[in-house]
Amino acid sequence: MDHEKGNVTHRLQAVNPLVPVPRGPVPVIPPASPRRKVRVTVDGREISVPEGTTLLDATRAAGIDTPTLCYLESLTPVNVCRICVVEVEGSRTLVPACSRKAEDGMVVKTDSERVRLSRRLILEFLASSVDVSTSPQVRAYMDRYEVHPERFGPSQAPSDGRDQARAGVHITSDGSQAAAVAQPVKADNELYLRDYGKCILCYKCVEACGPDAQNTFAIAVAGRGFDARISTEYAVPLPDSACVYCGNCIGVCPTGALMFVSEHDLRKAGTWDESRQTSTETICPYCGVGCTLTLHIQDEKIVKVDSPIENGVTHGNLCVKGRFGWQFVQVREKTQSGGDAS
Amino acid sequence: MVLRVLCGESSSSLLQARVSIFQGKETFVDAHFTKDHPTAAEQQAVDSVLGVPHSGWKGGPRRPDRDGHSAVNGHRLGADRHLLLPVLHAIQARMGWITPAALNYACQRLNVPPAEAFGVASFYGLFSVTPRPPCVLHVCDDIACMTRGVEDLCRSVESQLGPAGSPSLNGKATWLRSPCLGLCERAPAALMSRAGEKPAEKVVAPASPQSLLSKLESFANATIEEPPDRFEASASAPQASQNGHSRLVLLRRVGRMDPASLDDYRAYGGYEALRRALNFGGSWVVREVLNSRLVGRGGAAFPTGKKWDPANQPRYLVCNADESEPGTFKDRVVMEADPYSLIEAITIAGTALGCERGYIYLRGEYPLAGERLSHAIRVARERGYLGTNILGRGVDFDIEMRRGAGAYICGEETALFNSIEGLRGEPRSKPPFPTQVGLFGKPTVVNNVETLVNVLLIVQEGGESYAAMGTLGSTGPKLFCLSGHVARPGVYEVPFGTTLRELIEMGGGVAGSGQLKAVLLGGAAGSFVSPAELDTPLTFEGTRAVGASLGSGVVMLFDDSVDLRKILFRIAAFFRDESCGQCVPCRLGTVRQEELLQRLNHRKPMGSVEAELGLLKEVGQVMRDASICGLGQTASSAIESALRRWQLF
Ligand SMILES: Cc1cc2nc3c(=O)[nH]c(=O)nc-3n(C[C@H](O)[C@H](O)[C@H](O)COP(=O)(O)O)c2cc1C
Ligand code: SF4
Ligand code: SF4
Ligand code: SF4
Ligand code: FES
Ligand code: FES
Repeated sequence: MDHEKGNVTHRLQAVNPLVPVPRGPVPVIPPASPRRKVRVTVDGREISVPEGTTLLDATRAAGIDTPTLCYLESLTPVNVCRICVVEVEGSRTLVPACSRKAEDGMVVKTDSERVRLSRRLILEFLASSVDVSTSPQVRAYMDRYEVHPERFGPSQAPSDGRDQARAGVHITSDGSQAAAVAQPVKADNELYLRDYGKCILCYKCVEACGPDAQNTFAIAVAGRGFDARISTEYAVPLPDSACVYCGNCIGVCPTGALMFVSEHDLRKAGTWDESRQTSTETICPYCGVGCTLTLHIQDEKIVKVDSPIENGVTHGNLCVKGRFGWQFVQVREKTQSGGDAS
Repeated sequence: MVLRVLCGESSSSLLQARVSIFQGKETFVDAHFTKDHPTAAEQQAVDSVLGVPHSGWKGGPRRPDRDGHSAVNGHRLGADRHLLLPVLHAIQARMGWITPAALNYACQRLNVPPAEAFGVASFYGLFSVTPRPPCVLHVCDDIACMTRGVEDLCRSVESQLGPAGSPSLNGKATWLRSPCLGLCERAPAALMSRAGEKPAEKVVAPASPQSLLSKLESFANATIEEPPDRFEASASAPQASQNGHSRLVLLRRVGRMDPASLDDYRAYGGYEALRRALNFGGSWVVREVLNSRLVGRGGAAFPTGKKWDPANQPRYLVCNADESEPGTFKDRVVMEADPYSLIEAITIAGTALGCERGYIYLRGEYPLAGERLSHAIRVARERGYLGTNILGRGVDFDIEMRRGAGAYICGEETALFNSIEGLRGEPRSKPPFPTQVGLFGKPTVVNNVETLVNVLLIVQEGGESYAAMGTLGSTGPKLFCLSGHVARPGVYEVPFGTTLRELIEMGGGVAGSGQLKAVLLGGAAGSFVSPAELDTPLTFEGTRAVGASLGSGVVMLFDDSVDLRKILFRIAAFFRDESCGQCVPCRLGTVRQEELLQRLNHRKPMGSVEAELGLLKEVGQVMRDASICGLGQTASSAIESALRRWQLF
């Protein structure tokens, strides 16, 4: 997306500003006549943005990097992580920048004590309950906000009962350990793993599987409160669910909770090394849609495939063939190196 | 089943269907169903709500002549999703839990993806998505019941039935701890539910350790025909059975009339207000409500006149009867004892605002109120007070009732919309507000039961004279839910401005040890006040001045034998259980808040007690500042108010 000054994109605005929130398809707006500008003050600097711009885009236009976790350009904002909150003068609570629209005369503070406190605690809550080791994004924010998740005590050991949790029931502990979502990895198919001990419940995979991209609805949020979790119906394994292995959920997951088996195996062997990886853009050979693929390559082997989110054809989405159907490339390599040229 | 139709084989299970996913938008969906086939009972349960399937595309037998080779699709196909919650209720009541085959069949009928339906079913406390005995005893262990010996009760139940959730009575029954059941005036309270061919629900309040088990046994075995639950004014609204009853306005019929009889209701002045409203017209009603300066009684204290702006062209009127705030039971009393008044009030509000339809979202744990209301709706419809051509005036308006299923959060207005729509009861982000984008994406007015019942008075007396009652900022009469250590608990009606001390005296004074330690105002989301603050006038502005709030009208007394810390632990556990889990500050803040209090409880603070209390404040602030909805924003309020007033740790 382009975020050059004052030139914020509107591709993602809802058709009707009154039809908002939850989980709808990404509405696409035909180019409209130039819109009215509104003036907002961001950290003391007055800027002017087109009406309908979110505060996130407004702060970005002002050159401020507002953190986000559950927001993605290609998905409908769910505004659940609350890491993006900013202070708006006159508002009782902080407001989520990713989904609140800029209004004329708004005075916004993006780095006040209140904002920093909320962001710091949100990160501490997450890091004390979720394994964030494979989320560079969360870890960068943790450095920025100087968080100390250990203030809440050592995290609980993994439990395999999360899929059986009942709404409105929990066992009160003595508080010496911080409740965590740690649990065994779900390895039920050959293509990707679900390690929900790393899940921050950002809803992105649900949106990508559902109305924002794939319309397959294999996974949804189940349970309530701390036991809320991403699940298939009755937590059945993926091969029994509606999953079509497009991997679009993997493409949007910010934490590595959803991961290619190929990546997981390398990480386990200790040989995963992003500094040694290159990426190559190409076009998927399978069908006429012509999706752009980004091949991530380490040691001359494809280790995973995705598609640029800003790509006009895919918006980051692929189907099972483009996402996972590349093994043949390596099979040929093998046979070639075995001297058995085809 | 459907798939076989499509593919001619049973193994494949993809059905291309076109369904409407989101308001007004249509999307292609690969609806995938599982291979589970419903039994006759499961099918009956679902069909009891949806009717018999008329096509092979909807789970019925396929008839090629009729069903052809392509499905009827388009907008209609997903348009029944709002029936998901009633269908889940039917499955739970028939099967005792939400079975995979029944859910799958329901998904086929409603065209809902099974993963989403499972997400909805697993959201509610009253539904079980794992096998469970048909009979369930819900024992309230919440704060009002804690003042009336609930610990002994739970211990006795546990010793006889085993740990909560385990099957007992030969696998026929189980028991569960429950948050406040809204029966606090008769604490300790319990609710029994029985699934099967003749599902039933029964309240036991007050429950005694001696008799509860035998009641459960006969209920589980359905050996005797149980007398239906009844409303007792002397137990629930003591004022209504005392002298001075004539001064009551909101409660004037309570305990006097037969709640089932429309004629009785009319003999006590019922439906005069509707006639008057139709005579003077909708804009007059709206103006009078504005002049009355009526303020919403649901907890948020929003001026009703402002909400009732006809310029918004509201499509739906929703009556919020989810009443789940611990300590609140006023709406239940009104609905059980005077159901027609609510139906009349909704009709007046709905027709005055030009709404197409009214919804009542009733708390799932209120079986008697549900029975009374559905009876009242039916009779009102038969007698021409509801439905088409109301009172022969050519006005159409009807009311639909929906039952919640054990989720406090569904009282939050936007979560309530999602719940009715068949989605998870997760609050939406505001703005836009319900008056702009509400139920089914249309402008909607939401009001509390008590708020609406006040409209009857306003229509009959006029807004100005209504506003003469009470104080400048808080007009009219107010219902308070008096519970805990008070001599005569129950719902009390007083004009705004009555002090806390006066109200407690009306309730017969402090019970228990007789020495008052604390009063909780406004429920778990409210605040504690100390005996030094008894002269606080019970008004919106008066309570605000002492840093408290009226909330939903809870006034819960604790004597000096109560360990307030235990009350705080229960409140912390309540919010952890009831958070919808959507946003990080509340989902995890409520957990960390409880853990922190438990560390203090077990005298194992990390660092010093002061450091822990400092951390607790930070947790409270991020919940207040960054949560999406009122639940997270108030989850620390009562706890912080107590720590401000007493040194508890
Ligand atoms: C967590 C939560 C629970 C709520 N529960 C209820 C409820 O049970 N009944 C109710 O009338 N309002 C409840 N409310 C308030 C509603 O959101 C809404 O403000 C109210 O129904 C509006 O009606 P009123 O203007 O007549 O008060 C709740 C709010 C929150 C945040
Ligand atoms: S699995 Fe990943 S994308 Fe899905 S909710 Fe969890 S963190 Fe977000
Ligand atoms: S990824 Fe799938 S849709 Fe895209 S070009 Fe390849 S085969 Fe076609
Ligand atoms: S504050 Fe709590 S209940 Fe409200 S939306 Fe957030 S998680 Fe859900
Ligand atoms: S990025 Fe705004 S709430 Fe998550
Ligand atoms: S019924 Fe037990 S606390 Fe209300």
